[in-house]
Amino acid sequence: MKNNNTHSSPAAHLPKCPTGIHGLDEITGGGLPRGRPTLVCGGAGCGKTLFAVEFLVRGAVQFGEPGVFMSFEETDAELKSNVASLGFDLAGLVRLKKLVLDYVYLERSEIQETGEYDLEGLFVRLNHAIDSIGARRVVLDTIEALFAGLPNEAILRAELRRLFRWLKDKGVTAVITAERGREQMTRHGLEEYVSDCVILLDHRVHDQIATRHLRVVKYRGALHGTNEFPFLIGDEGLSVLPITSLGLNHKVSNGRVSTGIPRLDAMLGGKGFFRGSSILLTGTPGTGKTSVAACFAQAAARRGDRVLFFSFEESPNQIIRNMHSIGLRLEPLVQRGVLRFHAARPTLCGLEMHLATMFREIAAFQPAIVIVDPITSLLTAGTDFETKGMVTRLIDFLKGGQVTSLFTSLTQSGHALQQSEIAMSSLMDSWLLLQDFEGNGERNRVLYVLKARGMAHSNQIREFLISNRGIDLVDAYIGPSGVLTGAARVAQTAREKAEALAGQQEAARRQRELKGKRAALEQQIAGLRSEHEAGAEELRRIDEQVGMQIRLLTTERTELGRLRQADASRAAVRAPGKPKPKSRR
Amino acid sequence: MKTRIVKRPGSGSPRGSAKLWQLRLYVAGQTPKSLTAFRNLKLICENHLKGRYRIEVIDLVDQPHLSKGDQILAIPTLVRKLPQPMRKIIGDLSDTERVLVGLDLRPAAVRGRGEL
Repeated sequence: MKNNNTHSSPAAHLPKCPTGIHGLDEITGGGLPRGRPTLVCGGAGCGKTLFAVEFLVRGAVQFGEPGVFMSFEETDAELKSNVASLGFDLAGLVRLKKLVLDYVYLERSEIQETGEYDLEGLFVRLNHAIDSIGARRVVLDTIEALFAGLPNEAILRAELRRLFRWLKDKGVTAVITAERGREQMTRHGLEEYVSDCVILLDHRVHDQIATRHLRVVKYRGALHGTNEFPFLIGDEGLSVLPITSLGLNHKVSNGRVSTGIPRLDAMLGGKGFFRGSSILLTGTPGTGKTSVAACFAQAAARRGDRVLFFSFEESPNQIIRNMHSIGLRLEPLVQRGVLRFHAARPTLCGLEMHLATMFREIAAFQPAIVIVDPITSLLTAGTDFETKGMVTRLIDFLKGGQVTSLFTSLTQSGHALQQSEIAMSSLMDSWLLLQDFEGNGERNRVLYVLKARGMAHSNQIREFLISNRGIDLVDAYIGPSGVLTGAARVAQTAREKAEALAGQQEAARRQRELKGKRAALEQQIAGLRSEHEAGAEELRRIDEQVGMQIRLLTTERTELGRLRQADASRAAVRAPGKPKPKSRR
Repeated sequence: MKTRIVKRPGSGSPRGSAKLWQLRLYVAGQTPKSLTAFRNLKLICENHLKGRYRIEVIDLVDQPHLSKGDQILAIPTLVRKLPQPMRKIIGDLSDTERVLVGLDLRPAAVRGRGEL
């Protein structure tokens, strides 16, 4: 479908007339065939008239092409008031001579047919209306009313053929609406005459919820998306939502946004999510999805980021009250205007209407962060496929605007990952999983990061505690017997603490013991040393005594010799030499 | 445009008892159908409303803006402005019987058939 643009851009052979209807020009590669009639058919209440009005109004306002609206069903006044709710000021455009409204009244009971006739009156009338403002666009809504109003079908068919030929010659781009027929595209086979472009509108009810679809059945001379595209009628007219219209070329940001839970930030590379990324938060009932989302919202709003919170389960006041119980003060943030809630029942309207409402709210509030709680509620409003398409478009839209989005998703207990979520998860940049662990007669919450594109993230399971001071993550105990949480974790920790304490005490005791031993040894060493020193003293004393004795002995001998006076001279010489060897021995 | 007022006592149906019949014939150019219609109209008026009718011929080619007022689509269209209520007859008026029914110059039984 995207290729259309590239293929048909050198469409000199087939000029296009932009409708200005959001999404339609993308599907048709530029608009309706210029200067040719286009047939728009569909059942009652599927938006044919609106399509036609928007085509004219956008033409007059955005593309400077005045238009003529010839209505066979609604009067001018009815038409004006009907489309005023969509912000189309038909009266104003009429005053500015950009639009002519012409109501053709036809009542069969007032008409008597008496022979040959033609519809030249209609031609004159249309021609006059076109020429009066130089119209480039014409709408005939619903020309099939003529079949009810005029008895002679043969004449009518001939005249219609002439009319469409005439419109082509006139060079106006025309939109002709027609009621859907049972077996053919239109009830009276108008497709036979208008064959350049046929657009089918459809309003289908699936599981009590209505969804509108648009399909380009035929577009002569141009490639076009043949798929059925959901479209919606919002405050600003129609918008067709081509799933494939948006490419994957969003700008990316390296900025990070905190989750509001410090430990969770730490698990996500220390800084939190990427700005502009999409986050999926899945969990079984009661695992604290809304709490995590609210925590994220509060943190962001406190930083000054604008947060838009779509709630499909709880009313805003209920969320505020409930979050108050875990220490989150959301009310002041709402009052400051940085946080806005939008609550709606999923079954209130079809998916496309939800999407439109969300788009409008987002466009009006310009949030930096969008929270959808929970996205799974919307599953009830459409089929899986539709929901996925919707989420894709929503994410595309948010990423295009660099809006960080967090979607909570409810899973059935026992089925951690459902098929639909696996499909949805591929769209998400980060995926956090909240889970319950049951055991020991209690139920504990754990959180882990299943994936986080583009960042280093923790692969650990953390126990997730909700207290009146907010949310905290605690390391879950992972031991030989598996993951322990809650009381089991506390018990285990206590046990470990006790063991550690005992160990410490034992160590201290042994330390003391060793110290004592050392002290005793040291004492012993000191005793020995003093003994040793005493020994040395003794030795010295003995030495001294011995020396003294020898000296005394020598002096005695000398004295003796001297007293004997024997060979005094020789003895005097030898005597000191002789006792020396003796003393050495 | 022709004006002819003639008093005729004891005219046929009570429906045709109004004083003046105002008829307007819409045409677009001098087409054969337009000319036939005008000729037929004059004949019927002369036969049934002699002297108390007024025919106004409007050529939409000259005055296209007038088509909106009487909600004219088919050409030729004959509009009975007076007496009230307004009635419309399309075609070249060659089916006299139907014209009379359309103009309310025939009683209801016949009109019922004419209206299908």
